[in-house]
Amino acid sequence: MSKTNYSRRGVLKSGAVAGAGLALPTIFTGSSAAAFTNEPTGSTVTFGFNVPQTGPYAEEGLDELRAQELAVEHLNGIGDGGMLNTFSSKALGGDGILGKQVQFVTGDTATKSDVARASAQSMIQKDGVVMINGGSSSGVAIAVQGLCQEAGIIFMAGLTHSNDTTGKDKKANGFRHFFNGYMSGAALGPVLEKEYGNDRRAYHLTADYTWGWTQQESIAASTEALGWETVQNVLTPVGAGDFSSYIAPVLNSGADTLILNHYGGDMVNSLTQAVQFGLRDKQVNGKDFTIIVPLYSELMAAGAGSNIQGVFGSMNWNWQLQDAGTQAFVRSFGEKYGRPPSGSAHTCYVQTLLYADAVTRAGSFNPCAVAEALEDFEFDGMGNGPTLYRGADHQCFKDVLVMKGRDNPTNEYDTLEIVEVTPVEQVMYEPDHPMFAGGDLGECNDGA
Amino acid sequence: MFGLSQKDTKFLLIVVALTLLTPILLNPFPSESGLAQFNAGYPALMQRFAIYGLMAIGFNILFGLTGYLSFGHAAFLGVGSYAAVWMFKLLSMNVLPAIILATIVSGLFALVIGYISLRRSGIYFSILTLAFAEMSYRLAYSVFTPITNGETGLQLTLSDPRILDSAPEGGSLPVPTLFGLDMNASWTANVGPWDFTFNIGYYFCAVIAILGFYLSLRIFRSPFGMMLRAIKSNQTRMSYTGLNSRPYTLAAFVISGMYAGLAGGLLAAMDPLAGAERMQWTASGEVVLMTIMGGVGTLMGPVIGAGFIKYAENIFSKINESVLHGWFGWLPDGLEDIVVWFFARFVGEGWHLTLGLMFMIVVIALPGGLVEGGQRIARWVRRKSGRETAADETTKPAE
Repeated sequence: MSKTNYSRRGVLKSGAVAGAGLALPTIFTGSSAAAFTNEPTGSTVTFGFNVPQTGPYAEEGLDELRAQELAVEHLNGIGDGGMLNTFSSKALGGDGILGKQVQFVTGDTATKSDVARASAQSMIQKDGVVMINGGSSSGVAIAVQGLCQEAGIIFMAGLTHSNDTTGKDKKANGFRHFFNGYMSGAALGPVLEKEYGNDRRAYHLTADYTWGWTQQESIAASTEALGWETVQNVLTPVGAGDFSSYIAPVLNSGADTLILNHYGGDMVNSLTQAVQFGLRDKQVNGKDFTIIVPLYSELMAAGAGSNIQGVFGSMNWNWQLQDAGTQAFVRSFGEKYGRPPSGSAHTCYVQTLLYADAVTRAGSFNPCAVAEALEDFEFDGMGNGPTLYRGADHQCFKDVLVMKGRDNPTNEYDTLEIVEVTPVEQVMYEPDHPMFAGGDLGECNDGA
Repeated sequence: MFGLSQKDTKFLLIVVALTLLTPILLNPFPSESGLAQFNAGYPALMQRFAIYGLMAIGFNILFGLTGYLSFGHAAFLGVGSYAAVWMFKLLSMNVLPAIILATIVSGLFALVIGYISLRRSGIYFSILTLAFAEMSYRLAYSVFTPITNGETGLQLTLSDPRILDSAPEGGSLPVPTLFGLDMNASWTANVGPWDFTFNIGYYFCAVIAILGFYLSLRIFRSPFGMMLRAIKSNQTRMSYTGLNSRPYTLAAFVISGMYAGLAGGLLAAMDPLAGAERMQWTASGEVVLMTIMGGVGTLMGPVIGAGFIKYAENIFSKINESVLHGWFGWLPDGLEDIVVWFFARFVGEGWHLTLGLMFMIVVIALPGGLVEGGQRIARWVRRKSGRETAADETTKPAE
């Protein structure tokens, strides 16, 4: 049923106009051959802060954002400089990076890999960022790390605790300052042995994604080494909200220890519900029932309130540490926001400074030069004591804190106490450790 | 031309022109200006416009023509994505086998779900499809983790077999290609202060979306399309005349499922990762929103709706309080804080609120969607210019 009554002349004419229109832009085209992805050419350089502002990890994400904003201020010479004063490398002068002022854009990952990648893509393609920092939740961090590798920019992982981030999913363009599941297990083991003995029966509730899986594996391995028995491991969806149907079976399982491999809002809910079910008042196998939360954060502790009292866990860093770096950071964070920073805020702040420092030492924003400057870099004064950024897997090695919910908190931020600072030697592992095997850094990609 | 009437040909050519010029049309502001925030002409977003537009076109064949409201279309999107990523992992990084398999697998999946769900109509059909989609999501999330990699999402690794491709060079992950054309390859034209990015992936999606649009145009104008409209207007009467309408609805369901699967395959082709959250009910609801927002049963409406929602999601959600402070810095201090506080509720993480308000306005004031709004404006302009034209010249919704 085609009715074509285009005249030959008409088609030719419109074709010529369209062709000319399409060809027009080419005469303006200058050659813009950048040496690498998003090479900053103006007087500014842009960072991308991609954090969860909605979803179960939103609290952590918003605190990260505060710290990242503070880090940018310090890099630009606004405020008191925070950890720049205590950092062992003195390359940064508080006048931006390589003479460029630092700007940033933010994005919401919604704790979903898809959304996080869309947001990261828009940062890379539209806003021209040279580095993305953030990615709470290991699933998101791994997804964004892969994207940054493809695009040829640096990913400074924020709050991601899965072994896989620097294990089987490690990437040459990705770096992690935060500790991981294996380190939590290694640090918690001896403390749990001292506190609870050698014959416990543990029941695991585990967030059903890469972080939950690897943390559960790590904790089970280190507790089984003590002689504990793992009764059961139940996987729960992230953001479930209601965990009562998972907690009820614990009562009849014969377990005397509940290990919650949950984080953020999920952990607040599951711990609160476990306490409401009366688990902690029970006696099983002649022992007091006990709950362990292997990965702690201040925000979770605040959310869970008094339920957290006496519960053991581990942390990357805590604001109550007494070293100069911690004090400097807590002071400037407190002055700006009127509250102490959380561990996730700390790791994002440190990652931003470490990136800036590496750029300055490398003398270039080229991701490959930056990666080289970060690999096997040893530093101090960032709140964790002497720290090594291992080149073989881009993981930081430093002391790990074992924490306990404070029994008699004096104020709303005083919820956790430091039980032990586990020295770095005890949490060190080989890059080819079975829990981390199967990955390959690949080669650094600068997008050129 | 192309078996279309003259008016439809003109319509199709306009759509083709708009699609091809998208990189220019969506970047109206110079890249250094303050308004560059509102530019949407970067590859990832343009690809999403084309892909979700394609999905909405397919959804409209089912919902717009037959009136069957499927609340589970995201399941097909997810299935398509998984199929495509597996193709990248096992066979080759070429996108063609991936999107073909994505379409076939989701078509089969739609056949099964449609066969069962179409035994009921109306609200029961919607609930059934919703249940199936939610089941698929839960299965992908925790039961089929060896196939779907659960929450982490299915990703490429260096150790994938990829039997048709040679080993990747330089130890970095391969990118999806079309016979050597990398999907992420872009060319940026600097025209004065403007930057226009022409991306191969976008043009690939655009060509597929145009083909999809053309097919949907043909379906709308065909006797089959007429039959689907008849089902919408009165299915009972159709049965009384002795006609079995189920094969028609099933065909429409499968076609629209294949569109969604193709869209999912394209999503994976642009960014080789498939996550279970693509199948969540919110994603199914999104395509319903797109269709209603743009105009149910109109040809162009769903595409406009898809573009509108994706624009809001990606642009409004990135405006944060410091950007607002930049805009309202000229106000007196106290007032500035109040104004910024107020607008901050509607941007950043609050963009859903903006979307909800827009949706309410559209549904209440413009039941025919944004397309109806456009028609009203066009009619008003024509009346103003004194050229009153007969109503039958305007594009009518397929009701």
